[in-house]
Amino acid sequence: MMIPLADLVTILPELIVVSVACLLLALDPITPSNRKDLLAWMSVAALAVCFIVTAGSMGDRVYAFSDLVVVDGYASFWKLLLYVVSGMTILLSIGYLKEERIDLAEFYGFVLLSLTGMMIMVSGADLLVIYLGIELMSISLYVLAGFKRFEARSIESSAKYFILGAFSSGLLLYGISLIFGAAGSTRLVEIAAAVDARGLDDSLILIALMLVIVGFGFKVAAVPFHMWTPDVYQGAPTSVTAFMAVASKAASFGAFLRVMLEGFGGMKPNWSGLILGVCILTLILGNLVAIVQTNVKRMLAYSSIAHAGYALIGLVVAGWAGTGVSAKGVSSMMLYLAVYSFMTLGAFSMVAILRRGANEGEDLDDFTGLAKRHKGAAFLMLLFMVSLAGIPPTAGFIGKFYLFMAAVNAGLTWLAVVGLIFAAVSAFYYLRIVMVMYMREPSPDQEGETRLALSPTATVVLALAAAGVVIFGIYPWPLVSLTASAALP
Amino acid sequence: MATFVFLYFAAVIVTAASLVVLLRNPIYSALSLLVMFFHVAGLYVTLHAEFLAAIQIIVYAGAILVLYLFVVMLLNVKREERYNQQGTVAVFLGVVLLTEAVLLAVSRGFAVATPDPGPEGAAKAVGNTESIGEVLYSTYLFPFEIASLILLVAMIGAVILSKKGIMG
Repeated sequence: MMIPLADLVTILPELIVVSVACLLLALDPITPSNRKDLLAWMSVAALAVCFIVTAGSMGDRVYAFSDLVVVDGYASFWKLLLYVVSGMTILLSIGYLKEERIDLAEFYGFVLLSLTGMMIMVSGADLLVIYLGIELMSISLYVLAGFKRFEARSIESSAKYFILGAFSSGLLLYGISLIFGAAGSTRLVEIAAAVDARGLDDSLILIALMLVIVGFGFKVAAVPFHMWTPDVYQGAPTSVTAFMAVASKAASFGAFLRVMLEGFGGMKPNWSGLILGVCILTLILGNLVAIVQTNVKRMLAYSSIAHAGYALIGLVVAGWAGTGVSAKGVSSMMLYLAVYSFMTLGAFSMVAILRRGANEGEDLDDFTGLAKRHKGAAFLMLLFMVSLAGIPPTAGFIGKFYLFMAAVNAGLTWLAVVGLIFAAVSAFYYLRIVMVMYMREPSPDQEGETRLALSPTATVVLALAAAGVVIFGIYPWPLVSLTASAALP
Repeated sequence: MATFVFLYFAAVIVTAASLVVLLRNPIYSALSLLVMFFHVAGLYVTLHAEFLAAIQIIVYAGAILVLYLFVVMLLNVKREERYNQQGTVAVFLGVVLLTEAVLLAVSRGFAVATPDPGPEGAAKAVGNTESIGEVLYSTYLFPFEIASLILLVAMIGAVILSKKGIMG
């Protein structure tokens, strides 16, 4: 049979990423070990090409492959974000993998394959395709999490992620099979038709809705489905942790929102209430537990849970409010995740380049007196922490501002207040790192032990992240208008 | 007759499935799982899903169960008491959730949609397996390709994670 050329053109970015990933895996054995960097640069170049292709074709809604795939502004927005994040992860990894002595080109191949899964997730118009995208992303991430094979922590992280990930995929798949029973199709359009026709009267749809929410709840690490996050994030290689915390979260939110709005759009009052509960629990637990962490990686893991809570506010608004405000919820969530990507990647990059002996400097103690020894690094960390706490004039403030504005417009002023309170709570643990860096004297023995393993590419990543945090904090309009035009109605 | 056949299969499935969790010896559990797989396949045959029945036996009874047995024999699993403490909680939660689901189903009822037969239905004349192949390579080509990609990733991943002497 013939595949229409138009369909292939529609998924051109996916094809490029997959081909380059396979090429990397094939070229790895025949590349001399001192030239491996070339492979990393090749994947970055592929991402740059994809960025141009996606940015150039942004706009109208195009369906492909018998309406199973949709490419619209919404999908393109997430893809652009994912290219940037993946590119930064790869650049960060070039130096980091050498430092950890795990520099295998397969690493970059798997980052690209995982990216393919994410791209499929955000442009799936069918629950089955979205599910397969999630699996492709997750399986690649399980492997990446266990890349430090000789370290028990990394293996534990990989195994834990695998078992809980498989479990949550099972729940999601069960929900999909029930919805197939109720709607007779897994296409979002037809699910929406069945939901409009019967909705709550059909208990199959209701149970399926709950299972789908639970399945996605796992993927975005919302409470009470967050149990895997701290251990997995802590054990995985730091550049992988950054990739998981940012890219997989963004892609999961992208797919989650599309399924909720385009598939279950007829049941907005039902699911927005459920998600409201999840959102508040996530805000409370993520922020409160982060306070007691002494390991920076673990603290950032809880902080990423808390940030999922903020992003969920956007989803709640999208379901709660009428047509006009609903889109504001969507766009503010997209804006928030874009901003979150820059600051979280920046923070994890700092953890990755701070070394203590042969290990990563991931304890709070390792940051003690950093400002005395490395002024620039300490200042960047200060910038990321201030942004994560949501203090102006950083991008973190802009993200929270638009989210809370959307909540107020939707008549959920109290939710905005709750968010604000927990933003204040979060300032405590973010600024504690700043305090440790600037106010405490480094103890003499630390002076020799901790050092910065700053490779040129990691510098680029830090500069990009810092630029994102500062520029979008002062001049957010390009990002605001982009998200507003790309948001689902 | 059809009801009788269904009841037979259903009863054996439930009994065998319960035995899987109730039996202490993991080998016996695996074997009753095998019995369950065969009866599920029988249920598929009564529903005229011959393809699914064949897949059920080839994949589950043939591949997955053998894998289970290998794992059980390799790991030499001793009687494991560690997980038994969760029993009460699990039963309690299970009963609550099951009651909830049954109540929901009874009070609101199911409206199971009959999928639009469409071209796939027309192909039924050809036979179950053929029509699935037909649809898999036309309408569902895209998900089919992703599934193949997933298998590739899983394979390479397993090699990477278990290969000796890369480093460290």
